[in-house]
Amino acid sequence: MSRLLMSGNEAVARGAWEAGVKVGVGYPGTPSTEVLENLVKYEDVYCEWAPNEKVAAEVAVGVSVGGARTLVTMKHVGLNVAADPLFTLAYIGVGGGYVLLVADDPGMHSSQNEQDSRNYAAFAKVPMLEPSNSQEALAFTRAAFGISEEFDIPVLVRTTTRVAHSKSLVERGERDSQPLLPPYAPRVGKWVMMPGNARVRRVDLEQRTERLRAFSNDCEFNRIEMRDPSLGIIVSGIAYEYVREALPEASVLKVGMVNPLPEKLIVEFASKVERLAVVEELDPYMSLRLKALGLSLVETGLPVIGELSPDRIAQAFGAPVRETRDAITDLPPRPPLLCAGCPHRGVYWALGKLKATVMGDIGCYTLGALPPLSAMDSCVCMGASVGMAHGLGLAGTAERPVVGVIGDSTFAHSGITGVLDMVYNGGTGTVVILDNRTTAMTGHQGNPVSGKTISGAEAPMLDLETLVKALGVPWVRTVDPLDMHATLAVLTEATQTGAMSVVIAKSPCVLLVKRDDQQPFAIDEDLCTACGACVRLGCPAIMKAASGHPIIDTASCVGCEQCVQVCRFEAIVSVGPACDFGGGL
Amino acid sequence: MPGVTTVVLAGVGGQGTILAGDVIAKVAVAQGYDVKLSEVHGMAQRGGSVDTIVRFGDCVHSPIVDPGVADHLIAFELIEAARRLTALSPGGRFVVNTRTIQPLPVLTGAMGAPTGIEAALAYEGAVFLDAEALACEAGSPRSANVVLLGAASYGLPFPESSWRDVIASRVPPKTVEANLRAFDLGRKACSEGACGV
Ligand SMILES: Cc1ncc(C[n+]2csc(CCOP(=O)(O)OP(=O)(O)O)c2C)c(N)n1
Repeated sequence: MSRLLMSGNEAVARGAWEAGVKVGVGYPGTPSTEVLENLVKYEDVYCEWAPNEKVAAEVAVGVSVGGARTLVTMKHVGLNVAADPLFTLAYIGVGGGYVLLVADDPGMHSSQNEQDSRNYAAFAKVPMLEPSNSQEALAFTRAAFGISEEFDIPVLVRTTTRVAHSKSLVERGERDSQPLLPPYAPRVGKWVMMPGNARVRRVDLEQRTERLRAFSNDCEFNRIEMRDPSLGIIVSGIAYEYVREALPEASVLKVGMVNPLPEKLIVEFASKVERLAVVEELDPYMSLRLKALGLSLVETGLPVIGELSPDRIAQAFGAPVRETRDAITDLPPRPPLLCAGCPHRGVYWALGKLKATVMGDIGCYTLGALPPLSAMDSCVCMGASVGMAHGLGLAGTAERPVVGVIGDSTFAHSGITGVLDMVYNGGTGTVVILDNRTTAMTGHQGNPVSGKTISGAEAPMLDLETLVKALGVPWVRTVDPLDMHATLAVLTEATQTGAMSVVIAKSPCVLLVKRDDQQPFAIDEDLCTACGACVRLGCPAIMKAASGHPIIDTASCVGCEQCVQVCRFEAIVSVGPACDFGGGL
Repeated sequence: MPGVTTVVLAGVGGQGTILAGDVIAKVAVAQGYDVKLSEVHGMAQRGGSVDTIVRFGDCVHSPIVDPGVADHLIAFELIEAARRLTALSPGGRFVVNTRTIQPLPVLTGAMGAPTGIEAALAYEGAVFLDAEALACEAGSPRSANVVLLGAASYGLPFPESSWRDVIASRVPPKTVEANLRAFDLGRKACSEGACGV
């Protein structure tokens, strides 16, 4: 079969398919999202988005207990959420092969923190494979299922942004034929982890780890590449590619299985080279373990923060700094922003009017924290807004109304229990659910609110209002955030009820709305007083011009009329349909 | 890295750099090269700065590059051209679309619109074209990225037919002709000296 350009994510999906995976389940999160989106395209695989990573991991445990092969996907912070099942899954082990893909984001291209998931492998006592490119992403994922079944253990496959989102050439294989699965049968000692059984499995886990240790030394994914013996580098993941580019002469021990480490191979490699160094992105995961083996390492001085690069590595080993052009300075930064017509904007405008203290959450709507909206005071982790709004209320130091703001996907992910806590304990704050009918930030995945599954099928739409009422919230309203004044009125009332309140701001993501019938607007300069109210919405279609009157870019205006509603001088007028754009690439 | 050519496409989320990068990568693959293509998805795509990197040669290791490595910098927008200038090697080829998309701090008046960028880029050897205007001329205003592909193609060692094949296979069937016209106009702008190599 000819070689094909594939991203790491496409290749992981392919590897799982070739391994005969039966069920794929995950929760979106950059840079992991496209794995499941590609896996679902294969016939004879069932995929689903779960509401969060813990549920995803547990669904997959059920699949594995039932004897079938399963892939779970998530980003690094998702593994925090899924950590609870993972740790005990190591004890019970697997039925069908269980592979969990976790994608780290060094440099935080699209994340609230950077975590080195290799630590989870050691912590949870499960093996981890780490590919360096798409070919390996396919091969490692495929092999991971076999390792999982042979050693009765879940296997983690770790990628990073540059592996997940880079494309390189891949040779594909065929799908393994899967044996007919025997009917499910209970195995109390294996699947029921009460203390008596868990103690037995704990010992067994240690024995499985011992076997994996031996396996790692022989695993084909760990290999010594001898070149110049004066410098030997131990490296894994994307950093391997950087080392090969930066130091083509150096000898390398390429580690594909990062837990357990191939200790015998490492010691052998150390004995063959004059100077030994570890090159790794993020935490000193391998360095610390090699030092514990008594090996002495060259201190590279490479950072533990952010991404490595070929030059950073070359320079750590003495290469001169590369000649570059002088930078042009004082350029305006270009942060991501809420789209023209984004329904989230109406809520932020209203919260700004109320001078609310806003505990925020994670999604497109986090962009409301940036000027000029500057309408959000916090963003920690998915679901945190609700608990934090309650907690800030308990601190009793915030004078203004305290509001938690959370997206629909985030609410389904981990906001519901927070509301339950507030109700149970008599909290009095307000929670706004930004229901744009999708998981927008990560590329419009379906979720329990949207009524669409990953395969595009219809699903029951979660009725947020009924749910929130059932949780016991006394005051619940739904409002269209594109109606700015109605939104302001509802939020005003919600924050004055004296009891806990929930406002559901419901309007679909503008990127999901067909634009055919929409008409752009323009500023009537005779009526405009240049008061700046429209500019303060932070709409990318509106520009404050040096001449005084703002300008609306008709090509980017989608006609949402938010600015029309905040203009007190009726100076924003419709200018007829935008020109017809033909389809491009 | 000897024997490896690096093309950086710099632009703003939504301008189609990822798809353009994909075309270059596919053409390189069709010509038998080893190829790596790097893109960033997610948050940055919401109107933020994005770049796509294509590298091809006998054997390509790193999908990303350090400042000063790019042999070709194809900028889809003027401010991003300036921002990514340091990516370009001292002798590299620099093609710049004259379009400006003002970033939020400029839109809100928090910062002034930068001035003198074109002159500074011209000093750095940039050649300019108005991809949007050429795309309109081709009859497909959305295909500015294909115009820029045409401009990029002029400096890259691939046969014209291979470009046309890949583009034709990537665009909606009804728009193949307009997109190929867009490609031709971008390429012609260069061959006629506007974007000298
Ligand atoms: C535990 C965890 N999983 C996944 C993510 C990635 N992520 C960030 S925001 C988001 C969902 C946002 O959807 P929604 O709440 O509906 O807001 P929208 O973007 O639609 O405004 C996801 C999946 C994350 N940050 N943390």
